[in-house]
Amino acid sequence: MSEVKKIATRVSYGNALVELGNEHDDLVVLTADLAAATKTDIFMKAHPDKHINCGIAEANMTDIAVGLAATGKVPFASSFAMFSAGRSFEQVRNSIGYPHMNVKIGATHAGISVGEDGASHQCNEDIALMRTIPGMVIINPADDVEARAAVKAAYEYVGPVYLRFGRAAVPVFNDENTYRFEMGKGIVLKEGKDVTIVATGLTVPESMEAANMLAKDGIDAEVINIHTIKPLDEDLIVRSAKKTGKVVTAEEHSIIGGLGGAVCETLSEKCPTPVYRIGMRDVFGESGSAAALIHKYELDAEGIYRQVKEFLK
Amino acid sequence: MENLELQKTANEIRKGIVTAVHAAHAGHPGGSLSCADIMTYLYFEEMNIDPKDPKKADRDRFVLSKGHCAPALYSALAHRGYFPVAELETLRKLGSHLQGHPCMQHTPGVDMSSGSLGQGISVATGMALSAKLSNDSYRVYTLLGDGELAEGQVWEAAMFAGHKKLDNLVVIVDNNGLQIDGPITEVCDSNPIDKKFEAFNFHVITIDAHNFDEIRAAFAEARKTKGMPTAIIAKSIKGKGVSFMENSVAWHGVAPNDEQYAIAMADLEKVGEALCQK
Repeated sequence: MSEVKKIATRVSYGNALVELGNEHDDLVVLTADLAAATKTDIFMKAHPDKHINCGIAEANMTDIAVGLAATGKVPFASSFAMFSAGRSFEQVRNSIGYPHMNVKIGATHAGISVGEDGASHQCNEDIALMRTIPGMVIINPADDVEARAAVKAAYEYVGPVYLRFGRAAVPVFNDENTYRFEMGKGIVLKEGKDVTIVATGLTVPESMEAANMLAKDGIDAEVINIHTIKPLDEDLIVRSAKKTGKVVTAEEHSIIGGLGGAVCETLSEKCPTPVYRIGMRDVFGESGSAAALIHKYELDAEGIYRQVKEFLK
Repeated sequence: MENLELQKTANEIRKGIVTAVHAAHAGHPGGSLSCADIMTYLYFEEMNIDPKDPKKADRDRFVLSKGHCAPALYSALAHRGYFPVAELETLRKLGSHLQGHPCMQHTPGVDMSSGSLGQGISVATGMALSAKLSNDSYRVYTLLGDGELAEGQVWEAAMFAGHKKLDNLVVIVDNNGLQIDGPITEVCDSNPIDKKFEAFNFHVITIDAHNFDEIRAAFAEARKTKGMPTAIIAKSIKGKGVSFMENSVAWHGVAPNDEQYAIAMADLEKVGEALCQK
């Protein structure tokens, strides 16, 4: 296999912010003493006057962003997912969600690919938390091309958006020249008839590879990339479920309340279908390299392949 | 506006508070009455606002961080002409634009939804920062309770506002000394409040919250203060103006019944009549 370029989506976030900042005066980027880690330092170098460091105070940063949005700015409040969605949940719920403020939350270091820092910093609950807030858009991009497009789409959209990025470098599989991001629309990466794999984030290329492995066993898997978890592309998922009759979800998140939860809720109401959820199975993560953790918790191609096979037995 | 006119207006705003809470059979009269004079001064004297154009871009902003005192904000807005005073009686009722806690999408003149304590001061700080970023001249005011000061986020915001030298921000603490579970000195003492804000690099002014000379002087001093935000510690009487509610923890979040309402309104009528004799 030829060398695949790898870029962490948090880097894509920083780069996209710079491009947006070049074009738009109303953009303000906030961080809570994590400029280097969330990659807003890339923006800070380009637009120092529009980069606000709030210190280690995520709840305050979230509401500072609300004040900026209430007075016409478009703020991107940046921290680790653990703090953006976890520590600041009530700020997001009451001051961003309830008044439907035009605040963008840039949450990096989501999921277990945080790696060595361990479970305290590996947020596997953020999608579930954000999904319960009325009007919140949730985007979990899979690679650099998709992440940069998502950041720009979030800017253009008026209303709250939760953007989820990873720490670890992940393969760039989308083609910059042909890729088109449409908020709320899933992308069928491979058509199939035996099983549907609905994936998001770093499990998308892993699911594609798993589908290739399944093909060798004569199993024709359909692979769908769901970058927007809310609003969910229900029509696409229901259509695929009707065709294949079996659905597997794959995400770097708890199997409770995330993509798997969302797909189950949709299918049980609109097209009852057996579903298997791949993700963190109601456990905390641990320290280790991102690759080792993704392998251990079976979010890599090998793990997805094994679990799909088991499900289809 | 002369002090006498401000006093008369504040008395009308107090009547609106009591009437709204009585009609709702619920709400927070004590802390609403304690801040009524401050609210009167803000909405009738201090702030650059236009009830006919509630969203004008260069208006001064107000965030009621102690959002449970919505009746005071609603009564001030109604008397200032943002909506009919009669609508105060719809407070907290299904379909009313007057939600239990302020909601910016429903009520004209409300600059920020609030109610979860500790968040309003952060939002106000963000608004003040926003003005600095785009060289806008509007000022930002936020009102906190003294019990609210136990919220850690208040001090995150204070640290940031002091650090950023936001001299377009005025933080007012309605220091009535009582919170829902008892006196602040017994629950979790926030004193010394002035020294805390000084330590967070605020210019601090302590006043009698019911003396319009002191209120006027404090806001004038805040305007002249450059390079740091101002905190006005307003020593107030919870339930001010209604005899049986004054300095009583019991009236934090309880509505008067019909009999109590009649006494309360009679108290306020008496104050109004005395002011008319002046």
